[in-house]
Amino acid sequence: MASPLAQIAAQLAAPGKGLLASDESTGTIGKRLEKAGLPNTEDIRRSYRELYYTTPGMGQYISGVIMFKETLYQSTKAGRPFVEVLAEQGILAGIKVDEGLEPLAGAADGETHTKGLEGLEANCREYARAGAKFAKWRATLKVTDTLPSALAVERNADELAQYARICQNCGLVPVVEPEILIDGNHSQERFGQVTEQVIGATVAALWRHGVELEGCLLKPQMVIPGADAEGGKVSAADVARCTVAALRRVVPPAIPGIMFLSGGQTEEEATINLDAVNREAQAVGRCPWVLSFSFGRALQASVLKLWSSDQTRVAEAQQLALALARVNSEAALGNYNASSGSHPSTLGTATLHETFRGWNGQPAGNGAAQ
Amino acid sequence: MQAKMQTRAVSGRAAARSRVSTTKVVCRALNSMESPYAEELKKTAAYISQKGKGILASDESNATTGKRLESVGVENTEDNRRAWRELLYTAPGLGQYISGAIMFEETLYQKARDGRQFVDILLAQGIYPGIKVDTGLQILPGDKGETTTQGLDGLADRCKAYRKQGARFAKWRAVVKIGEAGCPSTTAVLENAHGLARYAQICQENGLVPIVEPEVTLGPGDYSIEETAFWSERVYSHTMRLLNEYGVVLEGILLKPNMCLPGLDAPVASPQLVAEVTTRTMMRSIPPAVPGIHFLSGGMSEEESTLNLQALNEACPNAPWALTFSYGRALQSSTLKTWAGKESNWAAAQDILLKLAKANSEASTGSFKGPHPVPGGGRILQALRTGGAGK
Repeated sequence: MASPLAQIAAQLAAPGKGLLASDESTGTIGKRLEKAGLPNTEDIRRSYRELYYTTPGMGQYISGVIMFKETLYQSTKAGRPFVEVLAEQGILAGIKVDEGLEPLAGAADGETHTKGLEGLEANCREYARAGAKFAKWRATLKVTDTLPSALAVERNADELAQYARICQNCGLVPVVEPEILIDGNHSQERFGQVTEQVIGATVAALWRHGVELEGCLLKPQMVIPGADAEGGKVSAADVARCTVAALRRVVPPAIPGIMFLSGGQTEEEATINLDAVNREAQAVGRCPWVLSFSFGRALQASVLKLWSSDQTRVAEAQQLALALARVNSEAALGNYNASSGSHPSTLGTATLHETFRGWNGQPAGNGAAQ
Repeated sequence: MQAKMQTRAVSGRAAARSRVSTTKVVCRALNSMESPYAEELKKTAAYISQKGKGILASDESNATTGKRLESVGVENTEDNRRAWRELLYTAPGLGQYISGAIMFEETLYQKARDGRQFVDILLAQGIYPGIKVDTGLQILPGDKGETTTQGLDGLADRCKAYRKQGARFAKWRAVVKIGEAGCPSTTAVLENAHGLARYAQICQENGLVPIVEPEVTLGPGDYSIEETAFWSERVYSHTMRLLNEYGVVLEGILLKPNMCLPGLDAPVASPQLVAEVTTRTMMRSIPPAVPGIHFLSGGMSEEESTLNLQALNEACPNAPWALTFSYGRALQSSTLKTWAGKESNWAAAQDILLKLAKANSEASTGSFKGPHPVPGGGRILQALRTGGAGK
């Protein structure tokens, strides 16, 4: 007797499946394409996304794809709408609905809130008509010894909740993403404290706004040290232990799925960490939500590298995309076999960390980090 | 796996601190995370909420106890109150079903006839002694008869003293009224949530596991079960929010909420409906880190309390928290009537208590099959008492 929203959320959080986050704004995807030597044109962006959406078998591992507005209305080279092609694979179409970050008045340097509430309801109704079944909104929070400020926490939590409520009113399942940024030299312990604070505030805001939790998904970062933390990276077991402990303290069971972002972890790290989180959850018990993925870079980086070197190698690129999706599907079940050399990533330990994912003083508008 | 009791106090603040990062970090209230009692609190809470066990709530104030004793013709004297509790705590084998007993302050310091301390009798049964630390309800401004709970002043010192005497957990009852226009007011919700969170923080700092009791009380009116659920979600979510803000370690608390029931003037809801709505409410508001949800019996009859608990465990067999009991009236009502102050009824009264405890223990694992030891009882109601429970 689950509500329609709860059914969609359950479908997105089906065991062994996760989300492909391919909703990079024109500005963000442009930076990645240009770094790979490709021009940032509409057709290149279209062909790039087509690669993933037409990968045969993708629907075994991917339950939903988050798209940028431009992409929702695009079609394959042969003229078939992306939404249709995905639906054939049993993959639901999602849409990024926020309009990027901007500095938060009254907060500290580098702290932001997210734009997009004005006109959101009209946009959501339009996207639902175009075939979207879920949406996503990204807030970011900066960590230092003293940040995030209470203002940044409360403002972003409240915006996420307003977005979630409006989405649900329009029949879309909201993916709620309070991304705590990896940038900085904070310890893993500090990150865990901030995770509890931020997600606790986000959940409280969802309660306040009457959001139906059964029809909602959370997209947090795993609990890891900052990119420049002393002591460097920690073990997957530590990531798992801290992540599971923090989430058990603040996420009510009614939320069906926690879909982690990869945010700067390498492709292999993201898989290994997701797998460890699931094993830890199984060992500790009493973890009632699905622990899965909503990965952008961790499902795409190697694929982009291959495809950008030679756009005719489509079949090979698609195999790689499928392989990346498959290992993360295994990780989402705690079944990934991490014997060395078996991860399909071709990038080794090269960092996927980007410095433009937070706020770096860019003007508001198309270019701001989304 | 049988959980073990922690009977030794944790020593060495230094040992606890050495695990904490040396980076000086300025962030919101995380004091409780550094409490030297953190690990002990988690173990105590895990023990009390272990599968198949629940709490005996025997912490009625002297005035309330007096009303109960007088209802069976027993005078409200200190010795009668002492004898009544001795009957409960010395019931042979009570520890198979009961993992904690909440006491009123007077009782914590009392002894059995043979001179043994009640706290020692309980510990020998494998039952943790607990202590009611609130000092009663006070009326909030307004004309709705809404209440707040008192007891924060001097609480830290009292916790220390109670712990020294042997208490290992505490309880504080907040009451929120619904069913009348304007109830609950925002003031009532915020004030009661604040009291609970602050009490919980102080308890943890001083080595007691706080039972957090936000009771959305069963009262007159024909309001629906959905209305109870709506307000229960509001009240619990405010409470959980403040517990988070105040740095309370959730693995080291226990929750004592109401089941969701319609108003007294509405038809009684079936156990299945109570289970469905109550489960949904808990799933929406209580993070998995809380080890145990110990429902209060409120005005439910003894049989209703067991059947509803059984239905809850059937509806939610894989709950992330224990779904169990902290029952007062639902374990004591028939026990008291059977004793009625007569020595010759002592064993029979203890027998009823054990049967009731066993029935609820089974219900807490979804394995109660009946028949109930005291079937067909009516609701056991009592008026809200205000003006302080310090006596």
